Amino acid sequence: MRPLTLERLLWVCALLAGILFVVIVVALKLGAVPVSIYGLGRDLIRVALGQSSQLSSEHRLIVFDIRLPRILLGVFVGAALSVAGASFQSLLRNPLADPYVLGVSSGSALGAIVALIVAPHLNLEPSVSAMLTPLGAFLGGAATITVVYFLGRRDGQIDTATLLLAGVISASFLSAFIMFLITTLPSRDVRGMAFWLMGELSTPLPASLRWLVGIGFFAAAGAIYTTAADLNLMIAGEREAMHLGVEVTRVKLLVYACASILTGLAVSVSGAVGYVGLLVPHAMRLLFGNDYRVLIPTSAFGGAIAVVIADTLARTIVAPTELPLGAVTAMAGAPFFIYLLRRRAS
Amino acid sequence: MTSNSPVSALPSRSATPFGPAEVRLNVEQASFVYSAGENHAPVFTLEATSFQARQREIVAILGRNASGKSTLLRLIAGNLTPLSGRVQVDGFETSRLDNRTRAQRIAMVQQESTLLFPIRAWDFVMQGRHPYGRGLRFERSEDTAIVQNALAQVGATHLRDRLLHEISGGEKQRVILARALAQQPRLLLLDEPTLHLDIGAQVDLLQGLRHLAEQNCYTVVVVTHELNLAAEFADQVVLLHHGKPLRVGPPATVLQRELLEYVFEAPLDVQMGPAGRPRITVRGSDNSSP
Repeated sequence: MRPLTLERLLWVCALLAGILFVVIVVALKLGAVPVSIYGLGRDLIRVALGQSSQLSSEHRLIVFDIRLPRILLGVFVGAALSVAGASFQSLLRNPLADPYVLGVSSGSALGAIVALIVAPHLNLEPSVSAMLTPLGAFLGGAATITVVYFLGRRDGQIDTATLLLAGVISASFLSAFIMFLITTLPSRDVRGMAFWLMGELSTPLPASLRWLVGIGFFAAAGAIYTTAADLNLMIAGEREAMHLGVEVTRVKLLVYACASILTGLAVSVSGAVGYVGLLVPHAMRLLFGNDYRVLIPTSAFGGAIAVVIADTLARTIVAPTELPLGAVTAMAGAPFFIYLLRRRAS
Repeated sequence: MTSNSPVSALPSRSATPFGPAEVRLNVEQASFVYSAGENHAPVFTLEATSFQARQREIVAILGRNASGKSTLLRLIAGNLTPLSGRVQVDGFETSRLDNRTRAQRIAMVQQESTLLFPIRAWDFVMQGRHPYGRGLRFERSEDTAIVQNALAQVGATHLRDRLLHEISGGEKQRVILARALAQQPRLLLLDEPTLHLDIGAQVDLLQGLRHLAEQNCYTVVVVTHELNLAAEFADQVVLLHHGKPLRVGPPATVLQRELLEYVFEAPLDVQMGPAGRPRITVRGSDNSSP
């Protein structure tokens, strides 16, 4: 066993970044309108050289104004949900934890909808008003994980089965509220049921939110990464981590808050996409081991890759109609969840 | 004494008759109460307990289940703050140290926890270096040497690449002990380390502890049910009964027949061994004695 070095970590990340790049290029090519890989390559090089004025207008619109923003949104959503999932898995000592399964995504969705409904009545500047959605999503997510955490305890200890049940039930309860709000309030600004309950990437990110989402993601994921060595010990339980010098309370607060921020950001721009935070960290555990110093960055890249692939499938398999992204991830994720649950039980 | 870190923030050492190099662990009238809430009657009380231990000493905490053994150990570890009195290690109150500093001074070997994901013995022992690292804690050559040494000291070098859930209970106990050694503590605490071990592995472990206490100048506190192992290897015994410290002292003065029969409610025989260490046996129905 070779010890982990910075060099090895960077090599792994570079490898995954390369795969992500290839996946993005393929995703740019695929779609209802065919784009030749040669033309795509030529245009990409031109963009890289800063000669974007020489692009053919047809390609520019489809590839760079429609597909690329959507793909980049998928990169961000996948990375955020996977890092949040990996974080919850350590803190809750539960390999089946995932923002969607725990109900955090539904809580974020409800928070975002409430913010969208309330925002027009507050007479705020449009740029401030737009930020209420991710803020509401964060608050909804944070409130949900707090409630699920306490519901999932038995005799002061987190109980795996109770926790998962608490999460699933909360998700179902919150989804009912989402349906209630969307059905009864004819607000034009609130997107449809499919968006909030299953998640999709077809709505482009409003320009006013791009910076907030980008900075929020790197700040929250970066803060979680500073505790990667602590998360390795938190898996053994809080008491043991404490005996090994982990400032348990600080790590818990920081990571719960940042994982809620990541979930809130992802949900406010894509709705409740499920199972990414479960599937991706598991695949990364199998490939690169359980060390959180590797797991967090690889999960970020892996999540980006997985969601870009899933979204490409969502917009191509039944083209020209689109599936919600969450339907694709659930088709892959739910059976995998059952498999993991069965394997743990045996 | 010149010290490294948050010394200045802490109250000065109490005026004990012993010099600082002498007493490592000072438990002074420490008590604790568990209750269900502020206005509830106490669920469990550990009455004021006092003892002192020097370096190279092994202290055994004995008593029946729910007698307060683990509570006392957690008070010593600094997990719990005593309701009254104090627990000091080298003059610092353990419950006031931050977790990182505390983990550099006190190592705890607990009853084994469940492992969520497979881990290699080497990586497990390397966790003991956590309180000394910063940031992502990439292995430094110093850590590698300390982990190698810790595995060698418990005779587990050959296990370094094995997965923890694949090795036997005795081997696992050694690896867990090695992780505690990698913390380079001054005080080593063990909560029923002999549980699930066969008699050979038990003697092995206690001999190892004796040796480690001598060699590394540790003070060892061990909670155990094994009266004879305590009698054989401990320098001091703390006998607890229903949260009350019945007697504290060397094995020969604590492990006496009337006291043990009273605490454990069983017919017992105590004989003095050649080295002045008592031997405890169950008095059979035939009432024979050699």
